[in-house]
Amino acid sequence: MNQFTIFLQQVGGGVSTGIIYGSIALALVVIYQSTHKINFAQGEMAMFSTYIAWSMMQAGLPYWVVFVLTVGVAFLLGAVVERFVIRPLADTPVLGVVIVFIGLLLIFNSMAGALFGHNMREFPSPFEGQFKWGAGIMGSHQIGAIAVCLVMLCLVYVFFAFTRFGLAMRAAAFSPQSSLLCGIPVPLMLTLGWGGASAIGAVAGMMVAPVVYLDPHMMTGILLYAFAGALLGGLSNPWGAVLGGVLVGIIENILGAYVIGTELKMTVALMLILAVLVFRPQGLLGRRLVVRV
Amino acid sequence: MTPQLELRGLVAGYGATEILHGIDLRVASGGVTALLGANGAGKTTTLRAVSGLIRPHAGDILLDGKSLLKRSASQIAALGVGHVPDGRGTISELSVEENLQTGGYLLKGRDALHSRMEQMFVWFPILKQRLRQQAGTLSGGEQQMLAIARAMIARPRLLLLDEPSFGIAPLVVRQIFDTLREINRKDGIGVLLIEQNAALALDIAGDAYVLENGRVAVHGASADLKNDAAVRRSYLGG
Repeated sequence: MNQFTIFLQQVGGGVSTGIIYGSIALALVVIYQSTHKINFAQGEMAMFSTYIAWSMMQAGLPYWVVFVLTVGVAFLLGAVVERFVIRPLADTPVLGVVIVFIGLLLIFNSMAGALFGHNMREFPSPFEGQFKWGAGIMGSHQIGAIAVCLVMLCLVYVFFAFTRFGLAMRAAAFSPQSSLLCGIPVPLMLTLGWGGASAIGAVAGMMVAPVVYLDPHMMTGILLYAFAGALLGGLSNPWGAVLGGVLVGIIENILGAYVIGTELKMTVALMLILAVLVFRPQGLLGRRLVVRV
Repeated sequence: MTPQLELRGLVAGYGATEILHGIDLRVASGGVTALLGANGAGKTTTLRAVSGLIRPHAGDILLDGKSLLKRSASQIAALGVGHVPDGRGTISELSVEENLQTGGYLLKGRDALHSRMEQMFVWFPILKQRLRQQAGTLSGGEQQMLAIARAMIARPRLLLLDEPSFGIAPLVVRQIFDTLREINRKDGIGVLLIEQNAALALDIAGDAYVLENGRVAVHGASADLKNDAAVRRSYLGG
């Protein structure tokens, strides 16, 4: 196997994991745009949803049925969390909200362990052996994961750009007051936004679980990469977040394979976060925000 | 004749601070009423209470005789109240077209939205030219027109305007007020108008209330107020 093939494999693998990071990053940015807060529990909620999928599969349900049901359950989960945990915090200072997010992170993490056990579990991929045209560069699951995430991202894009509801959600995020005056039920938009972000997270979780194995700490590292991706792309641009995630995936793989070794891969994410915040806080595609104080 | 809008003993403010100490006010059906007074008198607070952005502490707000008290802001908008807030309220990150579509959120169906947008272009042709531009890049006058179009597109029965002339060139102000006059005349839409420029307001309004420290200090027909030297001196800058 020549050097170039190995390089392509690293890039291909990076794109595959990167698009998963990018999906979680998208979920983070969608919530950030409407609440100006980062949902630190996004990863754990995705992990929890993946466990729910796992239980349904243990009960014998076929993969794609489980997939659709899990997306629905994750949506409800996100909506319920927003309605009953986040909405009452409307007047709470930022630090208080952050503490609640961290609390949610711990709750979901512990619940998963308590309900499903702490052992690593195998999570099936529906793509094993399906795609022969990886040409030795990308495995079937990697191609499948990219495809699924791309389809999901396209649907999200179409929703936000071309539907009345999607526009209403964007308006509610940019200017809640103006949106209320147009008759848009802003609190409902927020609830649905959280539902959508949670559903996106669940898809990402189900795509990554076959690779990293399912356990309560599956998403901890991934959330970090996703956060780095979101920052790299720019918190004000959802598609920048996706791009950022893909870039993080590729950078992580390339540096891990050629420069620093796989053990320091997560350090790359942390260094990226630092570098972005120091040198270009608005990220690659974000807007500079100038605030008069 | 039931007034289109009636405030009875309205007490409202922000948090613990009470700004309005009991306002009685009426806008006749299809009439234009001006709300005047110095900064801090409570004019903006009044409009925000009507559109539901703040909840009154006491008193009542009646739209065509029905109380708005228990309703949320989006519900009040759905009942036909269009509010152009101070600061215009256009969403700078969205395009002109998207702002109009957001304003038309309550309209049912593509055709309704399209025909209302066409009407907005008749009143404010510049909006059609700037359709795909980001709203934040429009000039002050254009943003004001967009703000009014956003409020008007969903066919409100009552229009609340907070200082539409603020920071806009006099020629453009004239254009906007001519359009407002026509909107009121042709569609019979009631208007409650806050204006620092008292002369401009009294020109278009049938009657006016002058607020002072959260209470109604003076109320009368525009013609009378314009000709009353004492009122002019005390409240309208001579």
